[in-house]
Amino acid sequence: MIERVAEIQKQAEAEISTAATSVALEQLRVKYLGRKAELPQLLRDVAELPAEQRGAVGRSANEARQTLEALIEAAAARFEAEELTAALADDNVDVTLPGSPVEAHGHHHLLSATRREIEDVFCGLGYSVVEGPEVETVHYNFDALNHGPAHPARARSDSFYIEGGGDGSEQTLLRTHTSPMQIRIMEQTPPPIALIVPGRVFRRDSDATHTPQFHQIEGLLVDEGVTLADLKGTLLAFARAIFGADRELRLRPHFFPFTEPSVEVDVSCFVCEQGTVAGGNRCSLCKGTGWLEVLGSGMVDPSVFAAVSEHGYDPESHQGFAFGLGIERIAMLKHGVPDLRFFYENDLRFLRQFG
Amino acid sequence: MRVPIDWLSEYVEVQLTPDKLSERLAMTGTEVARVFRHGPLADENFVVGKVLSAQQHPDADRLSVCSVDCGESEPRTIVCGAPNVAAGQTVAVALPGAVMADGTELGEVTLRGVGSSGMILAEDEIGIGSEHDGTMVLADGVAAGTPLSDVFAVSSDVLEPEVTPNRADCGGIYGIAREVHAATGAPLKAAPWAEDPGAATIATAPAGISVTVDDQGLCPRFTARVFENVTVGESPIWLKARLAGAGQRSISNVVDITNYVMLVSGHPLHAFDLDQIAGGELTVRAAREGEKLVTLDGEERALDPDICLIADRDGPTSLAGVMGGSRSEVSERTTRVLLEVAVWDGANINRTSTRLGLRSEASSRFEKGLSPEGALEAQAMATTLMLELTGGTLIDGTLDVGGEGPPAVVIRLRDARIVSLLGAPIERERSQQILEALGFSVQPADDGLDVTVPHWRRDDVTREADLIEEVARINGLESLPATLPLNRTGRAGGLSREQQLVRRAEDVLVGRGLCEIVGWSFADPTICDRLLLDHDHPLRSLVVIENPMSSAQSVLRPSILPSLLDAAAYNLARGAESCALFESGTVYRAGPSEAGMAANEHHGLGGIIIGPVRDPGWADARPPAARIETAHALVSSVLGALGIQWQVEDGELSFLHPGRTAMIRTADGLLGWFGEVHPAVAASWEIDQPIAALAIDIGRAAAQAPSPPFFSDLTSYPPLREDLAVIVPAGVSAASVVACVTQAGSPLVSRAEVFDVYGGEQVGEGRVSLALHVDFAAEDRTLSDEEVAPLREKIVTALKVELDGELRG
Ligand SMILES: [Zn+2]
Repeated sequence: MIERVAEIQKQAEAEISTAATSVALEQLRVKYLGRKAELPQLLRDVAELPAEQRGAVGRSANEARQTLEALIEAAAARFEAEELTAALADDNVDVTLPGSPVEAHGHHHLLSATRREIEDVFCGLGYSVVEGPEVETVHYNFDALNHGPAHPARARSDSFYIEGGGDGSEQTLLRTHTSPMQIRIMEQTPPPIALIVPGRVFRRDSDATHTPQFHQIEGLLVDEGVTLADLKGTLLAFARAIFGADRELRLRPHFFPFTEPSVEVDVSCFVCEQGTVAGGNRCSLCKGTGWLEVLGSGMVDPSVFAAVSEHGYDPESHQGFAFGLGIERIAMLKHGVPDLRFFYENDLRFLRQFG
Repeated sequence: MRVPIDWLSEYVEVQLTPDKLSERLAMTGTEVARVFRHGPLADENFVVGKVLSAQQHPDADRLSVCSVDCGESEPRTIVCGAPNVAAGQTVAVALPGAVMADGTELGEVTLRGVGSSGMILAEDEIGIGSEHDGTMVLADGVAAGTPLSDVFAVSSDVLEPEVTPNRADCGGIYGIAREVHAATGAPLKAAPWAEDPGAATIATAPAGISVTVDDQGLCPRFTARVFENVTVGESPIWLKARLAGAGQRSISNVVDITNYVMLVSGHPLHAFDLDQIAGGELTVRAAREGEKLVTLDGEERALDPDICLIADRDGPTSLAGVMGGSRSEVSERTTRVLLEVAVWDGANINRTSTRLGLRSEASSRFEKGLSPEGALEAQAMATTLMLELTGGTLIDGTLDVGGEGPPAVVIRLRDARIVSLLGAPIERERSQQILEALGFSVQPADDGLDVTVPHWRRDDVTREADLIEEVARINGLESLPATLPLNRTGRAGGLSREQQLVRRAEDVLVGRGLCEIVGWSFADPTICDRLLLDHDHPLRSLVVIENPMSSAQSVLRPSILPSLLDAAAYNLARGAESCALFESGTVYRAGPSEAGMAANEHHGLGGIIIGPVRDPGWADARPPAARIETAHALVSSVLGALGIQWQVEDGELSFLHPGRTAMIRTADGLLGWFGEVHPAVAASWEIDQPIAALAIDIGRAAAQAPSPPFFSDLTSYPPLREDLAVIVPAGVSAASVVACVTQAGSPLVSRAEVFDVYGGEQVGEGRVSLALHVDFAAEDRTLSDEEVAPLREKIVTALKVELDGELRG
């Protein structure tokens, strides 16, 4: 009996190893392991054998069955994998077709993207971000910021006033800069403070280089012992974060009513070497000067502190710096946008290039 | 302001090239807008000539053939077209090789057969005035061949500095000279008013005139001198050339003197014909209601009581500080001149020139606030010139109402304060040198310097910080170190939670494919009608601009929707096939706001989608058009990202489709809306497709967003999920079905969502079938079918009783 088992196994192994398809394999499974096959029959008949033969025959038949089952299973898995591979190979598409549905991603407006970029730089330097009203009073927009009564910005030719908007310092207007928030913040928060104020501002100007609305970011840091050198270091960090790690800074003395000393700040041009581009031509971005004017700033004027002295600001012991930069200007310089009007036309072909 | 370098050099020995000088001035606080050349490009080949003879051209009636001595061995033959050329004249000659102002180079020419070796110049040919008809005749006594530039300023480089408003003293060339001196170290010469021919007369007023100043606040100082036997006539060529270089036209010797002195000193002057001052009496006073005055430019000006004027017995005769009157104007007949130099209140002058729309060289200087002492300086300089150029004599006395300004203040400049403000020291000796160069006087003190402010800086330099700015700007900021301040605020900085959430909301829309626009805050007042707003609609309380640039920009937008429609219309008109836009910005309503602000401003987030909900693709050729549910989904995304619980309710807004308007409600009230734009409103923007739109008060949304959530266990015990199809009468809202299911299954219904809507024959007339996913879950156990079964019964009953709903299938 045992010899017969070995014989069946040997024959079955030979046939399984040469089976060419999963159908042929299935036939072999039926032939050797099916209900009517010899080996299962043999196993069923073990019980009828003499007691001393049962163990050995049963064991060898059982082992043979398990071996064949394993062989068939392995061969079946192999056929399955081969057939799947063949089927997948037939099921192909042109992978270079565009995605569908076209999940176009949207875009932040370049002004928003630039605003966020600048906000993030100052957040990293420990500044908070605050916003303020766009319809302001003459008090906050001019008086408290040390603008003389004849300051040209007060003129109706320069600023938008609101109808029925009160008189004198309570008269209302569209803020001409983000600086009024300097006063509002200092009224609410004792020193030390470090914050920036992004927002929309308005001036009565409309030509190639001016739009009646534009966007600024004001910065204000007040503490004891803050210096002009600290302002320079802060703005240098800003300039390098926005325009590249190799930038240098230049301070030019200037005049603003609410800072003393006041400086205009130039950043070294990032597309040329001292005004000259490759090939020896004059750089068109910086007009050959090697410097880009980016913002105005200065040390907070003592009279501004005097306007908020009851809120804990002492012109003798507190010092601070303030700066104001134009978001449009930074965006134009950084991304080479040639004309302000692009920002407010909202042409999708423009919008989709940025953000 | 124009500063010819040639003229500047009279007061300071300029050593730098014009470009280098501009750069140095820019780095010390005076930006130079441009540098340009006035007159011919070079002085070479312009010489003095003597006309030896002038004869009629044989073949041309209007030309003369002149023999001109140009200081050379032989006289030159020059053909000249000027009718007044005559033998014996001293003239200006351009020799061949001279480069004229327009860049052309003069050559030897032949005119109607006669060779001409040069050109006898008329004034306009070298940039002095517009006189072309006559040869420019020079004073005799200059040798032939003398370079013309020795006689007058033939040409000059001209700087155009942008003087900052605090520097009234730089409204004159001498003030600029002082800056150049301080900034470059070039030696400064004595001021041209250092010697006053009328110095001896200062104590008394001249006889025959009187001046009354009603309001000394408006006129801190009024000075006058009187000149007799004046001959009004042409100015000498050097004076004309100077004024031309500064961009001014020559008028007459007397008027030119006032302009010349103003350009040097920065202090405007005014010359009256004394015989035209009725009664010889002047009164400085406020104008009376209805008074009028004809100014020098011939315009009749209506005055108001805030305007300050100078009147004589017959009424107004000059507009104080802005422009003289034509009645007392100096003319060819004038022989007696009253020369007024006054100081006016800057703010008042500014107001007057703005009110009258009349800005003059005088008003732009006075409005910066001039020093009273400067008035007599200008008188001194003008007196010298009046005596020299008009043949006039000075009548004894100087009228002076108001006198000098307050005594000079002394400010302590502490070395330590320089370091603490700038972050770097400046040597005391250096500070002293700088301040003295700028005209301050300086005494040593224990801890620094005691600095006396000169009168011309009285209003500008009043505090230690102002002095520090002076020394810092001249010393230069190039070497200042760059340091970072300590942040001792005790706060970490960064965006507030609300600001982060606003960004998150914007990012959600960007992620859903919308492009952000930035619209105008300005709007046209017709916007309310275009939005079909009722007459008493709250959005009609607009913020109105008193002085708009145009009526189309005369109010502030009450909603963000019009900005989005503008942008969509713009893009659709330019070939865009669809538009998915949003804006995050301020909208405005008339105030005051609850917080006491002048206007009600809020931060709005609005979006619109026109066209397919997504771009069609090859596997998705016809995506559905965006409708109200598209807007709804966007609102869900935004408010879901912010973690805000909200509900939808039916709404009514004039600018939305009446059947497709939904309001967004939270525990805090209405937060916004979504829906489809009313076709009539869309038509007003020439858009004829459905427009899905939404608007959220994102400022308020961010403020009411819940704090960051704590953990809930939603994973340990999986929910039991059931789908429910219920047929309800049409008109029963999905929200009410969901609410009914949630309430009846409370507290174990963890989710109930409509995923399909069907209305058809099988459902029956007037009824609609809604399919819902319903999850039952508890946080502490897995629910069994036995536990859920009664709830399910309760839900079915509630749907039946409350909504006349029946289960389907
Ligand atoms: Zn460059």
